[in-house]
Amino acid sequence: MVLPATTPTPGASPESAKERRAVNDVVIRLAGNSQDGIQTIGGFLARLAGRSDQEVMTYMTIPSTISGGPSIFQVRMGNGDILSSGDQADVLVAFYQHSYESHINSLRPGGVLIYDSDHVAPNPEDRRFRAIGIPITGATVEAVGGSSKDKGKNLFVLGLLARIFSLDVAKIGGLISERFGGKSEDIVRNAMLAFDAGYATPADNLHDCLYQFEAPAVSGGRPQITTDGNLALTYGLIAAGVRHGAGYPITPWTTVMETLRSELGKYGGIFVQAEDELAAAGYALGFAYSGHLAVTGSSGPGLSLKMEALGWAVMAEMPLIVINVQRGGPSTGLPTNVEQSDLMQAIYGSHGDAPRVVLAPKDVEDCFYVALEAGRIARKYSTPVLILTDQALATRIEAFDEPDLAKLMVDPKPDLSPRGADFEPYPLDKITRHAPPGASIATGKYPSVSGLEHDELGHPTGNPALHMKMTAKRREKIKALGASLPVPEVFGDPEGDVLIVGWGSTWGPIREAVGQLRAVGTRVGQIHLRNLHPLPPSLEEIFARFKKVLVVEMNDEGLYGFGQLATLLRARYSLPSIGSLTKTDGLTFRISEIVNGVLQRLGRAGTDGGYAKPSRI
Amino acid sequence: MSSSSAALATAGTAPRVPLTKKALTADHPTWCPGCGDFAVLASYYRVLEKLQYPHENIVTLAGIGCSSRFPYFVNTHGVHYIHGRSLPFAAGVSLGRDDVHVFVFGGDGDGFSIGGNHLVHTGRKNVNLTYVIMDNFVYGLTKKQTSPTSPIGFKSKTDPTGSIDQPINPMQTLVNSGATFVARSHAGQVNHMTEMMERAARHEGFSVVEILSECVEFYEGAFDAAVPRKGGQFRTIELRKNDGTPEDALRHDPSDEVAAFRLASEPWPGVFGVFYESNRPTKNKLEAGLIAKAREKTKSASDLEVLQATFRRMR
Ligand SMILES: Cc1ncc(C[n+]2csc(CCOP(=O)(O)OP(=O)(O)O)c2C)c(N)n1
Ligand code: SF4
Ligand SMILES: [Mg+2]
Repeated sequence: MVLPATTPTPGASPESAKERRAVNDVVIRLAGNSQDGIQTIGGFLARLAGRSDQEVMTYMTIPSTISGGPSIFQVRMGNGDILSSGDQADVLVAFYQHSYESHINSLRPGGVLIYDSDHVAPNPEDRRFRAIGIPITGATVEAVGGSSKDKGKNLFVLGLLARIFSLDVAKIGGLISERFGGKSEDIVRNAMLAFDAGYATPADNLHDCLYQFEAPAVSGGRPQITTDGNLALTYGLIAAGVRHGAGYPITPWTTVMETLRSELGKYGGIFVQAEDELAAAGYALGFAYSGHLAVTGSSGPGLSLKMEALGWAVMAEMPLIVINVQRGGPSTGLPTNVEQSDLMQAIYGSHGDAPRVVLAPKDVEDCFYVALEAGRIARKYSTPVLILTDQALATRIEAFDEPDLAKLMVDPKPDLSPRGADFEPYPLDKITRHAPPGASIATGKYPSVSGLEHDELGHPTGNPALHMKMTAKRREKIKALGASLPVPEVFGDPEGDVLIVGWGSTWGPIREAVGQLRAVGTRVGQIHLRNLHPLPPSLEEIFARFKKVLVVEMNDEGLYGFGQLATLLRARYSLPSIGSLTKTDGLTFRISEIVNGVLQRLGRAGTDGGYAKPSRI
Repeated sequence: MSSSSAALATAGTAPRVPLTKKALTADHPTWCPGCGDFAVLASYYRVLEKLQYPHENIVTLAGIGCSSRFPYFVNTHGVHYIHGRSLPFAAGVSLGRDDVHVFVFGGDGDGFSIGGNHLVHTGRKNVNLTYVIMDNFVYGLTKKQTSPTSPIGFKSKTDPTGSIDQPINPMQTLVNSGATFVARSHAGQVNHMTEMMERAARHEGFSVVEILSECVEFYEGAFDAAVPRKGGQFRTIELRKNDGTPEDALRHDPSDEVAAFRLASEPWPGVFGVFYESNRPTKNKLEAGLIAKAREKTKSASDLEVLQATFRRMR
């Protein structure tokens, strides 16, 4: 929350006598148990921000246990570019004693602690925060009444937050009835009762903690949508022309397949829940072979199961989109945490020399667009394309401009046109274009699509010279893609002390860290690699302009002291200036971790976050 | 496997040249001389000649094994996939394209061992395709290891003193899988084999034929007990005619799972013919039903309109 001091903002609040302080952006952490519906109100706040043309980003942890267990939802909303969900919270809402104890240290000193006084007894000695005790449970039961017990606490808290931040009550009411409207009227009524009760909390109980968001910059015209990374990706796939796919459930990939299963029918497509991940890859390849743009996907262990099929897809040169929503590994690992430790598996997994394409989206919006890009590449180069997203992106909610679907949407029809006499499935000098079944061939000679090394017509051959040529064919088309890619933009200083290189969901925290580092006089640039394999051109020239290149990624430093992308970049560019900043705590990078990591490598003492800290609540 | 479009041999306007064995012949098979698989291939040509599907709408797929080399020897759209996993791939083709006719060939190791789970799940889903298992009771391509159908005592390179693991019973496994057409034949009985394959092809749903196909290289004489000219017996299943005669009650009712199971436990070499047939709805039909329902809800809006409406809800 960035405060331009305590400017009184008159009007627009239910008690206009009270002074409301203007805020630019605010980080609210809701801490309770998973059954308290914390995600629901976090989602409401996020969508409200989207509908108010504010930037928003969320962060969520879900317990991997099936029901119950501590859960948090953090939402950062406000104006300007919101790039990360925030290192520290400005407001902590603690539902239980354990929530209070686990999260009080993530509250910024001077921040606001709201606690359910029916369940939480805060440490009276701790004077770092402004503590507001509200009997959330009791007040909710009283407001809703009857048998529903404390169900609705979340909406009470939403009302409370609406009051504190002077949120648009009419818009929230709209969100509540949209969300619960499909169910019984009672549910909407009870939700509104709880919300109103929270909203009506007497101002005196809130001390002077009343705020007002600064008016957002005038919006650019397109309406904002608010969604999470998995949904953005799913709808990106549909826009890309995907109508067919298969998968097997595994967190955090599952919501992609669930959504595809229920959505694709509307488009005349089919998504199959297969018996396992390798079977799912088989179904998807069968769809692809029959002329459709198809998808399969999974998370870590499931991607490993697909590897044999992936090798076939490379050999047979079959277009296919493969999603991997990364989580902590190896094995079952940290199934509900984030990691970027599948990069090597994505690029090099499977057997033999099997070049394929690997992409990674940088934020929720990019999850949508990267799917379109994956579809374009898969078709154009007749190749499998892997998309590496991660648990943080999967569950994080962000608002972004609604895509211009009329311009973007791809028509997915199989090409069944008759093929001429010169048709070959595997021409040595051209990119493969398969003839799906249903396409007649002028010569009357039908193609075999083969996992054995083959000649131009798809017939098996053990000829070493041909194997070399076909290996080169499969390699060169991927290199051609690499050469066609745009040179990545350098953000921040175009040359200087450190270039931070990242990929995937770390984009936001890195960008904020770059801002902070430059503010303390470091000359820092950032490039973020969306194309991980093949790499885009001209990286060596960019690297050469910086004294150090630091690759920031959420995986282990490995046996030789370098994370996975750092290892690849060192192998590729042979530059000793390439270093590595990694971590494996299963959480997204904090800005301070990146700032301190950079400062340390520059031989400047890291601070504990005291540099260029924006003023807060 | 046949779908409603299956009979449409005369789709299109220009008169088609009849599909002949000549047009269907491709690379010369690489099998050992005398291998049972040659006869299966010859039967497949005959079946396709009978069915007269449009040439370009036939797909021949396989996994890995001697038998799985099949697609290279047939001039149709062909796929040589990976060991044991041809069924999910073929199911994708079948579900992706209701206008094509999907035939899968493979061995006993491919189908019952590495691919065993796919067999069960393709059966459960009753995907519309035909699957021919060329069972030689041995791993041929990898040169004589024990297969899931090798009898106890079979001496292989992985069981030099004789196999000790109980072999699976293919007919029981298949009936159990949920496959809606299950038949058994012998590569030495070309007419019977052709009839079984043709019936399988005409069946709507997941149809499977196990064909005993001798590996002369690694398991010679494995099926002599079913070869009359070698002193064996080729006993076929007589199917119920529903003609009301007293002897008809003794004939096999292929819709009777329990009877099929009982037939499957006949002592070696067992009986040949249709063990089981039912007309449970295919996944193809059920999915088409889901699509029709979804389309009804969206009032057949265009893809763009449907996606735009979804994005409006995310505002
Ligand atoms: C993943 C994998 N494992 C093992 C093999 C080696 N392999 C190829 S075929 C085969 C077994 C062949 O036996 P069967 O399926 O009965 O076919 P047949 O050769 O007898 O016709 C094996 C083990 C392989 N190709 N792929
Ligand atoms: S090894 Fe056996 S199964 Fe393979 S081709 Fe030779 S005879 Fe046939
Ligand atoms: Mg075999």
